[in-house]
Amino acid sequence: MSATDKPKNPEKHCTYLPSEKKSSKPFHNTPNLDELEKGPWPSFVTGLKRLAMQDKFGNMMVDLLGQLEHSYKTRLGYWKGGTVSVFGYGGGIIPRFTELMGTDGKPMFPESKEFHTIRVQPPAGNHYSTKMLRQLSDSWDKHGSGLIAFHGQTGNIMFIGTTTQNVQTFFDEINEYGWDLGGAGPCVRTGMSCIGAARCEQSNCDEQKIHRLLVNNFMDDMHRPALPYKFKFKVSGCPNDCMNSIQRSDFAVIGTWRDDMKVDQAEVKKYVADKGRKYIVDNVVSRCPTKALSLNDDDTLAVDNRNCVRCMHCINVMTKALSPGDDKGVTILLGGKRTLKIGDTMGTVLVPFMKLESDDDYEALKELAETIIDFWAENALEHERTGETIERIGLVNFLEGIGIEPDPNMISSARQSSYVRMDDWDAEAEKWKARKAG
Amino acid sequence: MAETPRHPIESGVPDAFQYMHPVFLNNYGAWSYHERLRPGVLMHVAKSGDKVWTVRFGTQRQLGPYEINLLCDIADEFGEGYVHFTIRSNMEIMVTDEAKVEPLIKAIEDAGYPVGGTGPSVTMISHTQGWLHCDIPGTDASGVVKALMDELYEEYTNETMPNRVHITTSCCQINCGGQGDIAINVQHTKPPKINHDLVANACERPSVVARCPVAAIRPAMVNGKPSLEVDEKKCICCGACFPPCPPMQINDSEFTKLAIWIGGKHSNARSKPMFHKLVAAGIPNNAPRWPEVAEIVKNILAVYKKDAQDWERIGDWVERIGWPRFFELTELPFTKFHIDNWRGARNSLNASAHIRF
Ligand code: SF4
Ligand code: SF4
Repeated sequence: MSATDKPKNPEKHCTYLPSEKKSSKPFHNTPNLDELEKGPWPSFVTGLKRLAMQDKFGNMMVDLLGQLEHSYKTRLGYWKGGTVSVFGYGGGIIPRFTELMGTDGKPMFPESKEFHTIRVQPPAGNHYSTKMLRQLSDSWDKHGSGLIAFHGQTGNIMFIGTTTQNVQTFFDEINEYGWDLGGAGPCVRTGMSCIGAARCEQSNCDEQKIHRLLVNNFMDDMHRPALPYKFKFKVSGCPNDCMNSIQRSDFAVIGTWRDDMKVDQAEVKKYVADKGRKYIVDNVVSRCPTKALSLNDDDTLAVDNRNCVRCMHCINVMTKALSPGDDKGVTILLGGKRTLKIGDTMGTVLVPFMKLESDDDYEALKELAETIIDFWAENALEHERTGETIERIGLVNFLEGIGIEPDPNMISSARQSSYVRMDDWDAEAEKWKARKAG
Repeated sequence: MAETPRHPIESGVPDAFQYMHPVFLNNYGAWSYHERLRPGVLMHVAKSGDKVWTVRFGTQRQLGPYEINLLCDIADEFGEGYVHFTIRSNMEIMVTDEAKVEPLIKAIEDAGYPVGGTGPSVTMISHTQGWLHCDIPGTDASGVVKALMDELYEEYTNETMPNRVHITTSCCQINCGGQGDIAINVQHTKPPKINHDLVANACERPSVVARCPVAAIRPAMVNGKPSLEVDEKKCICCGACFPPCPPMQINDSEFTKLAIWIGGKHSNARSKPMFHKLVAAGIPNNAPRWPEVAEIVKNILAVYKKDAQDWERIGDWVERIGWPRFFELTELPFTKFHIDNWRGARNSLNASAHIRF
């Protein structure tokens, strides 16, 4: 269905249904889903119905709506996995087969009995020209249901709903014009990077370059899943961490700076004149987590840069007056993940600051990721994320395994427990001194 | 027909420079500041003096060719042919001429899509797959999001919260929706029901045993067949055994419930990133509109809006006012389940005489 079919001056295009139903199978009754066509937010149910009215794959969507309605009634899901892949790859497809069988043992909704999703890696930063978006949509319309989610929680474009046979033909078509599958299973997963340098003044690094460099270096580990479990890279241009990388990735790259932040005092004064001293004291100065800010008598701002932890709050509030410094780089954190199995872990600091300017710098970043994945792949238990390996063997053992020296930025407090052997204290202290002498 | 299979081109992450708005390309890494002009509209100014206006709007996330072409038509006619998606599936259309902003907003709104989701608003709820496509879902995702966004529509199109509110949903306890200022997650309340006839064929038993966080599963012979047994006293009903062993059905029409967690935050702004914490559970999985969930979420938002200070995220706010006050203000029951007993739980106890009266 192209938008040329769209009504001339409709009240709301997004509630529009074509007058002619081209699919042959009649709609099932969907009283529960119909409830979700009410209300002001655009309805995915109306979208599914539109797809069900089209010629090709329309019957598949008629039955998909039938199965979904059944789930709404019984409050149970009815999909099971399986193995479907494209030639040459071991992952990237989420196969779905219906489990909903009638008394005759046959699928209750046969047209959607195969309803696979294809995970495709988005461009770094999620930019699309309308031309490319239409092209992707046209390809999927040809080989699948037409339904696309921008984007899944790992960051993939998810092309939802096709048969086993069409998986290969769709992939072949889009792969020819530059699109590759994402990860699924125990492998390096699709990465994410924020809009960053493309539009945001708070960006401290080339997010897209980092994202592509890291992920594209592991294509074999993405497409042929053979790691202990999933491994995710995410890149945010500043500590606002719009990509949720600290908590949601194994390897989080966060842009930062190590010189002084930039203060345009004239803009500060304007801001004070505009908003008032109380506002700036209550909302900027007193919200600084390390008390690094103070409003001077002349309405300029004093910044204790040695104690600023680059939290971004004051810069977020006073976007015109304050900005990150010039000596930019990244902080790298390791081991974020959600609940299963040991409970949630945040990523923790591995490299407090890494300059990313020269080719050698980028090469060092790539090598660090390789070293980590190699060590983890060799030492992790099955189904164990990096955060869990660190929890099990301790950060110090992990650091020794990847050849990184301990750094006080890695902790939020020094050891509290005296239950530890420290026979080689002197040798360790000497190492520290040698590193400092550098 | 014996065709030679086509070998994939392992091109990986596409280079975005070919698909991004020229103003982004020309000012890459050289932006100066931004302003929010009204809900849903951002203006970014580059060091070169170039300006770009971004109009953000919500969609149903799952888009078909009709919506895609419709929105691309709008982006071509009223925008400049480029779109961007935020991490929370908001769509954005960019223009480099301020005069184009109002007509663009009008076109988007006329087509039925809400403009908003910027600054201190309740932005688009991040959601997972649910009954539409997941193999282990305890609830739907798109439906919960749609039902809630209908209720929170005004909060999306306005910026009247103390700070931004990120809501997430997850249809199992793996929680792929992630951390949220408010997270609506499945919480099972009964151990898995095992279909012993199928276990031997469908499950790799040692790896299922290893998957259980509380070591409640052990291999057993049941009716003469190799199967698995669950110590139901130990079981915490997490559902971790279900994905590797589908015969260990954890989902239940009645006993799969929803729980609400608050105060999760990814940003480092002010406080360090925080995990969300449990506030309410035992909420019925009441498709198609989940009214009980909506009621609790709206109540929490109303209290937060009234009591929090500017720039406080929900987690920041609760840290300031304390948990007793949170339960007092929201009138949500405080139970023994709110006191953590998982590893590290002692860190969440109040080891001080700091009490608010
Ligand atoms: S960035 Fe954060 S820590 Fe640094 S001065 Fe501003 S508010 Fe304080
Ligand atoms: S539901 Fe969780 S706790 Fe219970 S047996 Fe399964 S894995 Fe173990």
